Parts: sequence; structure tokens; C-alpha cells
Amino acid sequence: MLWRDLCLTAAKDLRIEWRSRVTTGQIVPFAALVLMLFGFALDADRRLLERAAPGLFWMTMLFAAVVGVQRSTAVETADGARRALLLAGVEPMAVFLGKTVAITAQLLIVEVPLVAGMVVFYGVEVEAWALLVLTCLVATFAIAAAGSLLGALVAGLRARETVLPILLFPISAPALIGAARAFDDALGIAAVDGWAWLGLLAGFGVVNVVLGACAYGVLLEET
Amino acid sequence: MTHLGYLLAGWGITIGVGVLYATRLIVRGRRLTRRVPAGRHRWMTTQDRP
Amino acid sequence: MTQSSCIDVPSGTGSRATRLLGLVVVGGLVAVVLLGFFVAPQDDQQRDAVRMIFVHVPSALLTYTALIVAAVGSLMWLWKRSVWWDLVANAAVEIGVLFCALTLITGSIWGRPTWNTYWDWGDVRLVTTLILFLIMFGYLAVRAAGGDDSAVATRSAVVALIAAVNIPIVNRSVEWWFDRTLHQKSSLTDGNLENMTLFTLVVGIVVWALAFVWAMIHRFRVGWLERELRSVDLQESLIARRAEVLSGATTDPDPHTQGDDR
Repeated sequence: MLWRDLCLTAAKDLRIEWRSRVTTGQIVPFAALVLMLFGFALDADRRLLERAAPGLFWMTMLFAAVVGVQRSTAVETADGARRALLLAGVEPMAVFLGKTVAITAQLLIVEVPLVAGMVVFYGVEVEAWALLVLTCLVATFAIAAAGSLLGALVAGLRARETVLPILLFPISAPALIGAARAFDDALGIAAVDGWAWLGLLAGFGVVNVVLGACAYGVLLEET
Repeated sequence: MTHLGYLLAGWGITIGVGVLYATRLIVRGRRLTRRVPAGRHRWMTTQDRP
Repeated sequence: MTQSSCIDVPSGTGSRATRLLGLVVVGGLVAVVLLGFFVAPQDDQQRDAVRMIFVHVPSALLTYTALIVAAVGSLMWLWKRSVWWDLVANAAVEIGVLFCALTLITGSIWGRPTWNTYWDWGDVRLVTTLILFLIMFGYLAVRAAGGDDSAVATRSAVVALIAAVNIPIVNRSVEWWFDRTLHQKSSLTDGNLENMTLFTLVVGIVVWALAFVWAMIHRFRVGWLERELRSVDLQESLIARRAEVLSGATTDPDPHTQGDDR
């Protein structure tokens, strides 16, 4: 039941995305643009860019996550779709997980060209692919979980576009620190234990998934 | 006394901010008290209490 | 006094108890200043800069106390739908933000002469407190964004709980990040403080805690009155509107003014 509802919600969101092509048409170019802008801002210093690449990558992803979550929330608020979803008897926990999975999938699509962009424009070399891929998966899922919970939280607000980043950025701080350090290891930039950071990211993800699973129903009904 | 400037800044800001906030709270409270009818000042009870 | 004497109509959110409490706080503050500047001894290494401890440590302790109070209040709101607890949580966060800002400011000012820097990104407690400040700020932003009372309460309760749960993770992540800290191990527990310093610090904590309670009571009452005022305003406009319709002054209400205000 939970699994079926989860798949339904995720499939619904992804289908909407597929038809509107917002991820590929807007979020990917947006992320690429931010990556370019960092190049301009840091004075095209290759060494500095390489050193800062992990942080810049995850900063970019955080920006992309805000856009993605805003999209995901807008889909539900328009035309009272949330109420319809509740009336359809879908479990709120499944809605939360489904939307999280959908956001994760979209952000992962953004990350592929972004990693390529880092290799080409910032001159980084990937040393540990397994760590890199796993970090992307875990950190993206964790950020998406926090994002979709906060998305539901701000959905009823008039000022949701501004309140969402105010909440999401500080709460994602551990994910940003952890993912950037794990990338440091995967890209061979600094001698840190990336796998330990991956563990911390997983912990962060689990905590936010549990929080979201508990709180989503209340938020959905109330706001 | 060494570091007097730092100390005065730290203590001054702390006490200053505290006094400002306290004043603001009292002023806010007075203004609100004037606007809320007298029968509704009983803030220590809640409506949902049995 | 023209008011009838059967009900004592208050002129503000103060009561006899809070006035007494306020006096104790002011007196205590004077005592802390005197103790902190003239009685407590210099530190061997930090010299007089150590006197910053008496404002910094109590502020920091109360910041985290406020977070716990806010988390408890938020839980109680979600569990029992108690307006009382919701107002407590709101008051705690607002005052907590204030203490948090003071902690960061006094910490930076203290850090300059002792660590030779205002700010250090590798320091666990510093960065954790900064992130807590930002999240609490977000809580107030959600509060200020407005909407239906119970929806606002639920939203902000969830934010407070997210903050309370995530803060330990933030702490852990920053700890691993640099694996070094400039902060002395908790000054309270390692027993390295001079007797008079410790005594002054304890007095400071007590005075700050009383100030916190004072502010909580007043902020709670302000929140309560604001809530009352909203319902008074609503009732008044309802009555006015009804009178208008009954007198036949207007015929049809404008449908655009009635949309639900979310």
C-alpha cells in the first residue's frame, strides 16, 4: 500500500516533469550557469577552481534543489491538488517519500552534466568513482527529503519563494559540509576519509526522512 | 585593566540589547492591553482547556 | 482612579510578580557587573579578557535552553493542540534568537584578543550556534509570514522540531570537519576556574535565567493579547458588517473581498 502510493506519487511528479521538461530545459541550464559564474567570480584561476570544486558543486546543487522543490510544491498548490490528493486516500507518508524520490531523480539528472562540467571547466580528476556516485545518491536524497518536507511546510505561505531558502539552506548545512568533504576525497583534492562523511550524510538523510514521514501528514492536512 | 575596549563592547552590547528588548516588550504589552477589551486579559487560561 | 475597583484592570503585561522579578534581575545585573569587573580575579593567560565569560557563557546556555523549551512547546502543540504551549514556543524562539545573537557577538569580541580572530570556521560550537541562529531566524520568518493561527502554529512547530533534531548533526559534522576546536573544554565542568570566577559565573547564569523567565512571561502575554486582538477585530468587523446589511445600506457584498485569506 505504502509502496504503491509512493510509486504513484513519484511517477506522477516525474511524468509532469517529463511533459513540461523543466528539469532539462531550465534547471540544468541554471545549474550550468551557476557553475560558469563561479568561474568568472574566481578570476578563472584553475588551481583555485579545482580546490574549491567540491564546495561549488554542492552549492550549485543546493540552488538547484531550491528550484526543484519550488517546482514540486507549485504542482501541488495549483488548483488545490493537495486536497485532491488527500481525498484520494493516498497516505501522506507515501506522498512525502514519493515526492522526495521524484526530486532526487531530477537532481541526479542535473548532477550528470554538472560533474562533466567540473571535469572540463575546473580541471578536476575523479579518483574514486564509487564514492563519488554514492555521495551524489545519498546527499541528493537527504537534501531532497529536507526539501520536500520544507516544501510542504511553506506551501500555504504567500512568501514561500523567499521563506523556502531561508529554511532549507541552514538545515542543509551538514549535507553541504559532508558532501563537499566526501567529494574532496573522491576527487583526490584533500586527504580526508570520504566514507566516514558518507556515513554522516546517510545519518542526516535518515533523520530527515523520519522527520518528514512523521510531520508531512500534519502539514498536508493543516495548511 | 587590560582589554577594556573589548569588555565594554561585549558587556555594553549585551546589556543594551537586553534593555532595548525589555522596553520594546513592555511598550508592546501596554499598547495591546489598551486595545484588547478588559474581559479578555486572562492570558493564563486557554480556550481549549477543559 | 475612575475604574471600578472590583476588577483590577492592568495597564500592561506586567503584574506584581513580574515587577518583583524585574527588580531582582536589575539588582542581579548590577551585582554581576560589580563581581565581574572588580571582584573576580584576572586570568593568568587571558588577563582581563576572561571577564567576558560572565556574559558569553550564560547567553550561550540560555540559547540552547530556549531551543529545548521551543521544541517541547512545539511537541505539545502538535500533540495536544494547546495554544498555551504554542505561545510558549514562539516566545522561547524569539528570546532565543536574541540570546543567540548576543552569544555570537560576545563570542566574536572575546575571540579577537584571546584567539586572535573574530571568527573561526573550524570551531564546532561557533558554527553550530551560527546555524542555530539562522534556523531560529527562519522560524520567525515562518511566524511572520502569517496565515491562519493554527496553520502558523503547526508550520512553526515543525520548524522548531527540525531545528532541535538537526542541531546535534550539525554539531557532529562541524566537529569532524576540522577535528579541532579553539573553545576551551566546558569551562564549567573542568574545574579550572578560580573560585571567585566560578561564583560570579554561577550568579551570572542565575541572573540571565531570571531575565529569560521575565522575558518569557512578558512575551507570552504579548502573544496572548495579539491572539485575542485578532479575534476581537474579527468579531467587530463581523458585527459592523451585520449592522450594515441589516440597515440595508448596501445590497450585495463584493465577492472579491471574501476570498479565504491564507
